[in-house]
Amino acid sequence: MYQFSGKLKTFSLALIIIGLIGTVFSFYNGSQKTIEDAKQVIAASHSSGHGESHGAAAVHAEGDGEGEHASEIEAHAADEHGDSHSEENGTKSYSSKEEHNVAGSHEAVEGHTEKHTNENQSVEEEHSVSDVQEHEEHVLHQLQNRPWSAFYVALFFSLGITLLVLAFYAIQRVAQVGWSVVILRVMEAISANLLPTSILMILLLAASVMHMNHLFPWMADGTVDPASENYDAIVDGKSWWMNSTGFMVRSILYLVAWNVYRFFIRKSSIKEDTANDGNKTYKKNFNASVIFLFIFMITESMMSWDWIMGLDPHWFSTLFGWYVLSTLLVSALTVIAFFTIYLREQGAIPGINDSHIHDLAKFMFGFSVFWTYLWFSQFMLIWYADIPEETTYFVMRFTEYKLPFLGMVVMNFVFPILLLLNSDFKSKPWFVVIGGVVILAGHYIDVFIMIMPSTVGAQWFFGIPELSALCFFIGLLIYTTLNAFSKANAIPKGNPFLKESEHFHYYNIEHTGEGSADH
Amino acid sequence: MSHYEASIREPLVLGDKSYHDITEDIAKPIEGAANKNWYIAFYISLAAMLWGFGCIFYTVGTGIGVWGLNKNIGWAWDITNFVWWVGIGHAGTLISAVLLLFRQKWRMAINRSAEAMTIFAVFQAGLFPIIHMGRPWNAYWVLPLPNQFGSLWVNFNSPLLWDVFAISTYLSVSLVFWWTGLLPDFAMIRDRAVKPFQKKIYALLSFGWSGRAKDWQRFEEVSLVLAGLATPLVLSVHTIVSMDFATSINPGWHSTIFPPYFVAGAIFSGFAMVQTLLGIMRKVTNLEDYITRMHVEYMNMVIILTGGIVAVAYGTEFFIAWYTGSPYENYTYLSVGAATGPYAWAFWSLITFNILIPQLLWIKKFRRSFIITFIISIAINIGMWFERFDIIAIVLSKGHLPSTWWRFEPTFVDVGIFIGTIGFFFVLFLLYARTFPVIAQAEVKTILKSSGEFYKKRRAQGIPTKPAIIATDSSAINGRSDNNLNG
Repeated sequence: MYQFSGKLKTFSLALIIIGLIGTVFSFYNGSQKTIEDAKQVIAASHSSGHGESHGAAAVHAEGDGEGEHASEIEAHAADEHGDSHSEENGTKSYSSKEEHNVAGSHEAVEGHTEKHTNENQSVEEEHSVSDVQEHEEHVLHQLQNRPWSAFYVALFFSLGITLLVLAFYAIQRVAQVGWSVVILRVMEAISANLLPTSILMILLLAASVMHMNHLFPWMADGTVDPASENYDAIVDGKSWWMNSTGFMVRSILYLVAWNVYRFFIRKSSIKEDTANDGNKTYKKNFNASVIFLFIFMITESMMSWDWIMGLDPHWFSTLFGWYVLSTLLVSALTVIAFFTIYLREQGAIPGINDSHIHDLAKFMFGFSVFWTYLWFSQFMLIWYADIPEETTYFVMRFTEYKLPFLGMVVMNFVFPILLLLNSDFKSKPWFVVIGGVVILAGHYIDVFIMIMPSTVGAQWFFGIPELSALCFFIGLLIYTTLNAFSKANAIPKGNPFLKESEHFHYYNIEHTGEGSADH
Repeated sequence: MSHYEASIREPLVLGDKSYHDITEDIAKPIEGAANKNWYIAFYISLAAMLWGFGCIFYTVGTGIGVWGLNKNIGWAWDITNFVWWVGIGHAGTLISAVLLLFRQKWRMAINRSAEAMTIFAVFQAGLFPIIHMGRPWNAYWVLPLPNQFGSLWVNFNSPLLWDVFAISTYLSVSLVFWWTGLLPDFAMIRDRAVKPFQKKIYALLSFGWSGRAKDWQRFEEVSLVLAGLATPLVLSVHTIVSMDFATSINPGWHSTIFPPYFVAGAIFSGFAMVQTLLGIMRKVTNLEDYITRMHVEYMNMVIILTGGIVAVAYGTEFFIAWYTGSPYENYTYLSVGAATGPYAWAFWSLITFNILIPQLLWIKKFRRSFIITFIISIAINIGMWFERFDIIAIVLSKGHLPSTWWRFEPTFVDVGIFIGTIGFFFVLFLLYARTFPVIAQAEVKTILKSSGEFYKKRRAQGIPTKPAIIATDSSAINGRSDNNLNG
């Protein structure tokens, strides 16, 4: 049985506490933000070449005072942040003049923005005051969102990794995989993180529904009320899906379904060790895993529509669910490899050899390429067709998040390709760790770019809120995993494929530091 | 690690086979004479093929107007058939490459025929991009060749050009992969041949394979590298095919899920076609001991999996079409408009054949039944044809402008060419089955002792399956002498 080392326990608890302190501080700091801060941010961005970051410097040069604001709306129209602005404005002009049928007029948005901008010039005096106020309020919401988003990014990443570890584990069972049996317990242990992250997720989503933050624009008051200033015809059109009750019910259903499987399989897997019932328990676990994968395939897509795509209620992409899946899957495999390597170093799992590491690294490599494939497919198809209602998503990310957006592709694709292509490298633990750190960082950035542009827009930074949340969830993951690992036998003794796994030897791997008598 | 194989794994080679038995079984169809049934099947296929060629000549000679296309629906049966055939071709590479990477031993009995199927299916697919051209004699203009028009170049932005590169690369790599695997098997036929002519032919085909240790080592490495290359290739080829649609701005075509969804559909339909072909083949060539119930069941599991992925994609398409809030999405191939419009029959065929019928395979009894598998596999082939037809025709029939709404009616030429390609496919496949070793005997021999029924039984009873080795040199035991490089 593995003994959770005291040092590491202290370390993980320290991470959790530091993370908590930082997070509490960030929330306190965020909630203190006032409209004055927003005005300062706006003023600062104006004086420091606002146009530069929005890629429309030329437009700015023309403007003075209020004219500048009009051109700013135009400049903003290119990005997401401005997108919501101009649509808010646009919606108002529809409802006041009743010229247009609003429903489904997505494609008109860009045209209307221009039109509105022109209108704006003529009715400058009336509009500008309310527009400026609205803009300030918007920036204020972004500033207040920051600690929430920082926490949400880390939370979703951590929950997603744990979930995908569980899914990968279920796949190992369903596919009757021979090589991975000795690391099944590692995967089980990591999945212990699912319960605490699920609870935090429910709390966070409930907080959003209760208007404690502005993460989900469609939750704002009055988005489905035609009489309201906030009325959003597009959101109203999908209120059958985008309503707080349905959202919470669905979210709870996903989380309960996943946790039920995790609870059952952990218990039953330990039972398998001593069952000795002619593989009856084993078969039961097989069937449970099939059912879980079936449910997982459906709930995973829906979860990504609800929790991530819903942050941009006007944007949609059919591939999105699988794209989220791929980013979480690579990260999950990397986390499995990390814990496997650590526990092997500790001598906690006797059966593991270089071939197991090699196989894990192959998965990390293969699914890194798969992630790139899906990332590129989504990006390229939207870029190619260039339909305004979809393109805003990437324009925003490309203008405001250029470095992380492009850096992520390097970290998630170029780096693993170069590092993990070589067969010898893949069986060297320290090499896999280097590759894995970059992969994990890259996919954190991926989740960051999925969430941040919609919630904090241009007000993003990687500082105390982000770092604290990350510390908290890393500490939590280490603690829950190793704690769970110390609670059960390190080797699933009752698994019928155990012998295959213990003697697993991929043919061209030179095993180091172990006797070769059993190969 | 053959002797560590879990006892609950089912045997992959039935009966008490020796290496020699495997050789005999696989060489038999090549060395014997064809029977009457083969000739009947061959002549029917040949007739269909000739009829199809007639239709192609008629089209090229008269003009594309002999097809049922109109000015709004410019693609229909031609591209439907193209995508259908390319999709079928994908299972072959999947079986030989992806299953190799995942160390699935059961692939060994089916990979040869699946790859043959790939190549013959890609032949059929390759016809359509040429013959659906208005001026097929200018087809070579798609190649970026230096020329007398001031080096007039192609535009690399079109997915139709990417198709050219994708399909031609796919065909060449598949062909090389297939042929490399054939070398030891051709050598086996060559060494057994008694007629000088036959010996000469197989000597040419086998490139002087002599099976030395170094050759085998290289052979394994090449197979692994090619499998590693063929896997992204197989994904990218059908991705590029999907981009013919997805890069456009037609509602119903412009969808980011198309790349992985088309690939999943290709594997789904490809495995269905493998089931159809092998269901017959195992019977007529007496290879029931190699293509067992277990193989059929595994393939059915892949069909359920990929069918499930396709079904999730359908659900996603349906949901997001609504979620966009765009009224144009009401006429896409998976929408309320499609379910109730003039093509409702095509929509419901798709749902029935692709989603509903394959669910029967969840029942163990059905997925282990040869007859039911055969019937379901044909249903899937029909369903996947409808999927492509629906994507193409339903979307084109109701575009952005109501004044361009039109319908498509195929002519006998459309149908004739499709029948022709089916005939051509079977002509090639029937000839292949008589002249090529339809099972990779060299590979099957590597799993005989780990996964053969006889050996598994003996291990279970505790009877040693190989004579004890007196250890004098530890490397003789620990070295790579196990002859089993596939886990």
